[in-house]
Amino acid sequence: MTMTPIDDQELLAVRGLNVYYGESHILRDVDISVRPGQMACLIGLNGVGKTTLLKTIIGLLRQRSGSIHLDGHDLSAQPPHERARGGIGYVPQGREIIPQLTVRENLLLGLEAREGGIRRHRHIDPLVFELFPILERFLNRRGGDLSGGQQQQLAIARALLGQPRLLLLDEPTEGIQPSVVLDIQRAVARILRETGIGVLLVEHHASFVRQSDWYYAMQKGGVVASGATTQLSQETLHRFLSV
Amino acid sequence: MTLFLDTLFNGLAIGSVLMLAALGLAVVFGLMGVINMAHGELMMVGAYTTYVVQNLLKDGPLEALFPVYILLAIPCAFLVSGLAGLLLEKTVIRRLYGRPLETLLATWGVSLILQQFVRSVSSAFIIGLLLAVAVGLLAPRFTPAVWWRQTWTPLLRAGSWVVAVAAGVIVGSGLGAVRALHQPWFSARNIDVTAPQWLRGSIDLAGVTMPSARLFILALTALALVAVNWFLQKSAWGIRIRAVTQNRSMSSCLGIPTETVDALTFFVGSGLAGIAGVAVTLLGSVGPNLGGNYIVLAFMVVVLGGLGKLWGTVVAAFLLGIVDYVIGSGSLLLIWPTMPAALNSTITFFATTSMAKVLVFILIMVFLQFRPAGLFPQKGRMVEA
Repeated sequence: MTMTPIDDQELLAVRGLNVYYGESHILRDVDISVRPGQMACLIGLNGVGKTTLLKTIIGLLRQRSGSIHLDGHDLSAQPPHERARGGIGYVPQGREIIPQLTVRENLLLGLEAREGGIRRHRHIDPLVFELFPILERFLNRRGGDLSGGQQQQLAIARALLGQPRLLLLDEPTEGIQPSVVLDIQRAVARILRETGIGVLLVEHHASFVRQSDWYYAMQKGGVVASGATTQLSQETLHRFLSV
Repeated sequence: MTLFLDTLFNGLAIGSVLMLAALGLAVVFGLMGVINMAHGELMMVGAYTTYVVQNLLKDGPLEALFPVYILLAIPCAFLVSGLAGLLLEKTVIRRLYGRPLETLLATWGVSLILQQFVRSVSSAFIIGLLLAVAVGLLAPRFTPAVWWRQTWTPLLRAGSWVVAVAAGVIVGSGLGAVRALHQPWFSARNIDVTAPQWLRGSIDLAGVTMPSARLFILALTALALVAVNWFLQKSAWGIRIRAVTQNRSMSSCLGIPTETVDALTFFVGSGLAGIAGVAVTLLGSVGPNLGGNYIVLAFMVVVLGGLGKLWGTVVAAFLLGIVDYVIGSGSLLLIWPTMPAALNSTITFFATTSMAKVLVFILIMVFLQFRPAGLFPQKGRMVEA
């Protein structure tokens, strides 16, 4: 099998990725790429390996073969904290905010990904409060006491504070009330417009998928279709989004 | 009033020793969830460090510092116990995270090793030990690098350590023939740390006699508590530690080096055990079995307070101290002299130091049946988070 060569324009380049859980083959020869300022979306039914792919990119899971490059640097041997410091922001499924830390402390943790971490940086960029004003009001509230939607906003803001070059968003609208879903969609659009970072999104909301530039449709652990989202037919979209 | 103050002071004094013993455990067990049965032995290491500092300053060029040796012993004990804990974390506990039963057994083994270590340690023993470690660590440097990249490398590594240990044992035993090197540093007997002159007296306040040493321990406890609270709540490492202990994988994804945080947390918790060891030297002679007297109570304090709750540990320690004193000293009989005969004989039965502890344990066990999460359990959505 021949792998697509990595070109200079790619921010994230995943090639021939194979990941196993024990002996179960989960990801099969996955190739994807994300360019700066571009939002790519992974679509597919539950259990096809979308979250596994994101976890492998951030380093929580190890690939058995294949490569992951960020701006041309091979990440394969790096643990998650080095990948975060190298420019990957991760918003996991289920938010995973730190429950007993305040909103302010959760946001400060986002600064860890910058050089010097929270020893050097203690300033929270006002952009995150512009994107999610509710966070400024609840700065001293414990993260675990926020609602699901607020926690999701906190998780995105936390990832942004690390000034990532690539943002991984794993189902950011899952189980969230419609008004907050719109807030999150607007925030992601603004992040793309103003920061020029790349975004890799896993999503089940059709309107959010339509917001992306490129799609990768997954089935049984492999990428079975990809292209510009504008070319994605409604029928194909629904086939891959049905739960 | 005097009785009340007397009870309060003595209860706080007992509680403060418990508090110091449990503070490090509140970090290691309460936050990290590591059941470290060797925590008491890390206290013992702190106590022996105090003894060494005292002897170093007793005679010689630094004699002028002898009156304040106890103050100098505090950072030394923190450092020595902390480093011992760090070594324990890097060699044993790191491989056992998430396996509490194995951790319990392994650290119990380490506690026995540490007890025997202080009984047996001599100059010959240390030379042999250092030689074994040096040979083991340096073996890869003085052999062809290609040997260490083969399929049989694990066997080679194990073999090199067997040779290193054998070399250490042979050299240590050989040097044991030299009388000066064979002499044990501490022996199996208890050792006495003499409190400095300014800690030997007592202060009378409102009719209550307060020994200076007890007041010193109370002040040391307060200082340690403030420092730990500041470290955990305000410092950059404190935020990292709290994040890692609550969600390790996500913390890693945020850029926090979790292994470094684990090591630092264990260092701090073990160092605090060392400070508790300094305090214990002021209460009597210390020996290799010192840790065993405190470890169960320290665990009880942390569990009673509620895991992960520093203030729970504080309240639990002082509560236990006061209850222990009220029962053990028979103060209840003084407060209520006309109590029924049956109750009076029961209280009298428990009014000794050891029986008071038995009753305290029974009370804790009963309490935990009704509140298994302790005095201050986690509340709100965060419990499920």
